Amino acid sequence: MDIKSAQYVQDENSENSCIKLVLNSMPNNVPYLLVPFSNDNRHYQAILEWVAEGNTIAEAD
Amino acid sequence: MTKAAELAKMGEVLTNSQIGGRRNIVYNGKMQVAQRSASAVTGIGATAGYFTCDRWVYSVAGSHAGRFTMSQSTDTPNGFSNSLKLDCTTADTSIAAGELAIIRQHYEGQDLQQIKKGTSDAEQLTVSFYVKASSALTFGLELFDSDNDRQITKLFTTTTSWVRHEITFPADTTGAFNNDNARSLDLSFWIHAGSTYAGGTLNSTAFASTTTANRAAGIDSFFSSTDNEFFLTGVQMELGSVATPFEHRSFGEELALCQRYFQKYADDGNGNGYFTNGMITGTRLYGVIRWTTTMRANPTVAGTSGDFNIQSSAHTGGGFSIDETHNPSVDAVRLRTGSNSNLTNGQGAILRFDAAGSLTADSEL
Repeated sequence: MDIKSAQYVQDENSENSCIKLVLNSMPNNVPYLLVPFSNDNRHYQAILEWVAEGNTIAEAD
Repeated sequence: MTKAAELAKMGEVLTNSQIGGRRNIVYNGKMQVAQRSASAVTGIGATAGYFTCDRWVYSVAGSHAGRFTMSQSTDTPNGFSNSLKLDCTTADTSIAAGELAIIRQHYEGQDLQQIKKGTSDAEQLTVSFYVKASSALTFGLELFDSDNDRQITKLFTTTTSWVRHEITFPADTTGAFNNDNARSLDLSFWIHAGSTYAGGTLNSTAFASTTTANRAAGIDSFFSSTDNEFFLTGVQMELGSVATPFEHRSFGEELALCQRYFQKYADDGNGNGYFTNGMITGTRLYGVIRWTTTMRANPTVAGTSGDFNIQSSAHTGGGFSIDETHNPSVDAVRLRTGSNSNLTNGQGAILRFDAAGSLTADSEL
């Protein structure tokens, strides 16, 4: 998976609730994917691999 | 076929095959369902992904130059309404070692236990499919057991007419499929491969531990010419050594099966796609949507940008996006829209799509 960036998203209690994932190739007019913290999810698996390669998930805004 | 041959074949089916219930392990084998796009998608080649017909994924490795348009076509053999069409638009005649291009489908291990793989009672599998192309092209059909890193590939050659191919794979008494919702088996149509994948001797006789160079030896490249087109439909994988007639499922059945892996919610074309009710807290709307079908895993959610409209007693306006999902499960998710100071804290509200809006949930393997 060709990841461009990943950033945590926080809920109203300031807890990280998902990851905003941007791929280098995105569906038309879709700015980001909202990825759950779920080991069964292929996007989350790809993020974990991306992090293992030395990349970092940005903190939430 | 003579009467005697028909009877012999029938006997073989009765002996070796599952003749009742659902026979076809393949999803969307007749390419009816295309939630992502029923229109042609151009410029595919560099990046893997799901583009048109549900459950059929394009996989790629290496930075090959080949590009193609993928579409849900109405060019079909008699008795079918759709096929998956690939149309080469940029050729790649200089194939680097690490390149590959595959059209494939993944299966959960818990849906494959009837194969009894890894036991002394393991079953043969027969894959049948209709293909045609712009010329004679030899491609590979691979079964890849990702739980145990074992595979087998058999070749087939296209013609310019629709032909049903029937390929039987031997039983594999080594390596059971995990009984879970993770990816265990890939059914792969190899259409392009460099020497890393094709430099050896094709492993076509029996399942074996994967030797990468033996996975696609002897195949042609779909990207050899911009004249190349490839059509595929009527894909069926079933137990036993006999290819039975294609199992036609209704559109509704097939859509529901596909929605375990991907769901798309969109407007009706008139801006009337009511999406969910919710409550405004602060300056955002929070709402819960329950998926149409229980999904395979907690899904990734994606909405189009600025295509959502909020209606409350104090405000009606568009331009909203979905900017957060909370605890998505296989059954539902709570969504949050972007902030807008015109929204009034505590009011109930309706979220609906603008005409171009859509929201997707993806739990593909």
